[in-house]
Amino acid sequence: MFKIIEKYALGPKIQYALIEAPLIAKKAKAGQFVIVRGFEKGERIPLTIADYDREKGTITLVFQEAGKSTTKLGKMKAGEYLLDMLGPQGNPTEIEKFGNVVVIGGGIGIAPVYPLARALTEAGNEVTAIIGYRAKDYVFWEDKMKSVSSRLVVATNDGSYGKKGFVTDMLKEIIESKEKIDRVFAIGPAIMMKAVSDMTREAGIKTVVSLNSIMVCGMGMCGACRVSVGGKTLFTCMDGPDFDGHAVDFPELMKRLETYKGEEKACLEKYHKECADGSI
Amino acid sequence: MAVSKEAVKMREQAPEVRKKNFNEVPLGYSEEEALKEAERCLQCKNKPCVSGCPVSIEIPAFIKAIREKDFQKAIDIIHESDALPAVTGRVCPQEEQCQVKCVVGKVGEPVSIGRLERFVADWELSKRKNELNTNSQKPASNGRKVAIVGSGPAGVSCAADLAKMGYEVTVFEGFHMLGGVLVYGIPEFRLPKTIVKTEIDSLEKLGVRFVTNVLIGRALTIEELFELGYQAIFIGTGAGLPKFMNIPGENLNGVYSANEFLTRVNLMKAYLPDEYDTPVKHGRNVAVIGGGNVAMDAARTAIRLKAEHVYLIYRRTEKEMPARIEEVHHAKEEGIEFMTLCNPVKYIGDENGFVKEAIIQKMELGEPDESGRRSPVPIPGSEFTLTVDEVIVAIGTTPNPIIARTTKGLKFKKHGEIDADENGRTSIPGVFAGGDIVTGAATVVTAMGAGRKAAKAIDEYLKTK
Repeated sequence: MFKIIEKYALGPKIQYALIEAPLIAKKAKAGQFVIVRGFEKGERIPLTIADYDREKGTITLVFQEAGKSTTKLGKMKAGEYLLDMLGPQGNPTEIEKFGNVVVIGGGIGIAPVYPLARALTEAGNEVTAIIGYRAKDYVFWEDKMKSVSSRLVVATNDGSYGKKGFVTDMLKEIIESKEKIDRVFAIGPAIMMKAVSDMTREAGIKTVVSLNSIMVCGMGMCGACRVSVGGKTLFTCMDGPDFDGHAVDFPELMKRLETYKGEEKACLEKYHKECADGSI
Repeated sequence: MAVSKEAVKMREQAPEVRKKNFNEVPLGYSEEEALKEAERCLQCKNKPCVSGCPVSIEIPAFIKAIREKDFQKAIDIIHESDALPAVTGRVCPQEEQCQVKCVVGKVGEPVSIGRLERFVADWELSKRKNELNTNSQKPASNGRKVAIVGSGPAGVSCAADLAKMGYEVTVFEGFHMLGGVLVYGIPEFRLPKTIVKTEIDSLEKLGVRFVTNVLIGRALTIEELFELGYQAIFIGTGAGLPKFMNIPGENLNGVYSANEFLTRVNLMKAYLPDEYDTPVKHGRNVAVIGGGNVAMDAARTAIRLKAEHVYLIYRRTEKEMPARIEEVHHAKEEGIEFMTLCNPVKYIGDENGFVKEAIIQKMELGEPDESGRRSPVPIPGSEFTLTVDEVIVAIGTTPNPIIARTTKGLKFKKHGEIDADENGRTSIPGVFAGGDIVTGAATVVTAMGAGRKAAKAIDEYLKTK
């Protein structure tokens, strides 16, 4: 059982949770994730670790309410307990002194970009952070991101806050300015990571992406999270979640992410109905 | 008295009924049936059956106790060698282990040792359920800590024996539930999960401590377990990594490893969608690739999820299938369509990336391969198309590499198995291993046997340390 210490909304359907998990906090590094089964009869879902405090023994999770599991998790309150949590899973992001790096976060992908940018800064890199949100209401952790980057570019799709446009528009400006970029890291929706990778491939900049495949076990025994990278089938949980963005088969990943779209929609609708009738 | 040549049959749910539910198929012996079957045992002095048992249960002795209606004594005898009798009584391939050695089998059907084992194990489980205050059988502690990695058959057997010797045993499990392959792999209709739970609960009474949600190799390493004061470690992490064929289209939606399909259904209970949240595809035309017990489990699960056709696609003939005859028989009774001498070469998807067709190539048998079985050879130009909307790949598993990647100094074999001797000793002093992680995928009871041997070796190691 894992106690929820703090819990609040960061924006529309975006939830923050601080969880007591000393063993996980002790080992967690940027790029790793946990598998959460919040309650009996719930799914096992992978969530990226957005921060950790080794002394206090806590980890931070930021997640979007999408299906039933995440919606139900979103309703949990401080003081309540998550039933099961496994981690830290996956390989930590390789951090070294690359030079000038650009980290890109889209939506809730900004949360795991925070410990990544912090680690890169601590390793002596010049970190430019580009963070993109749907609109002003969705903006979170701008201050935190500012504290771990040398330069911060904030964008919203509709221009209601920061610059108007997608993260790729911001990246394009930097690439076109002929500024030297040694490495790009991108975390966010698959479509965003694909767009970033397409752009940097052309510019010849090595790009690391963190994939959000569907998972069940999170420890290499089921293969739900398999992904084609450079023509080889790999498991996101064991071989990733970080991969060379230029080698990932994004169209396949995006199709695989839709595998249970119908089932998930039906499950969520049923849950909303049950909540409305008061049967839950 | 002449011994009946025929064994007492075990009652089963009828195929037409059981293919619509997940309840257990064989229903067990009544007391009368068990007594009748126990009478068939010749009580051989040289006990050939015991030599066929990977955990060396004193088979004639427990059968004798059944005859005397002393069921408690019978189960006590089994428990001396077998930590999970209700499990092994169900899933052991007795026909190739103890029963194949049975002298009665030379003139008729061998004594149904497995069914008798199950009978007394179930007798005890139901007795235990009715007892509110079971006496704690916890032995006095010798103060020495041993860590077990993995709560599958190898790990729990090792844990049980060590706990009985007085060690303070902690079992680490990565999943949220205990039992390993017994809970994620073997379906409810072959091994009800409540039985696994009750058997494991009894280990807790022996003083074994279980820790779930901790994957050794990630949250803690082998090295750190020693730092935490564990004086010996047993690795029983199984052969959990699913194999794929690496053919085009294998990553289409609706193509599963058997591990994923079975984990969704068994561990996450996706067959009860009204209650549980984890989804699984309910294919109408399902192809299961492989001919082992896991393939049978997957096929029989798919038919219970209301598939119209379940094709079992195997590249050799039925004779070479590694599955138990009983499982093949059950699968056929339930309407699984066997397509032998067939092998998929490619899957084709629809515009949304869901599998819609399998291209199957016909095979013929050639010369024997290293397994001693005649090897399948493709027939050129024999490809045909099979309409499918779900594919389950059940062609085997290999050891999980997580310990290998995180443990310095531990030696491994070619396919990632831990290099350990027959008593489970590895290249690191104090680290022992057994079960599928050493042998590659095998049976529940061989893993249990390896766990027992390692427990003995651990005891010897710690006594001389």
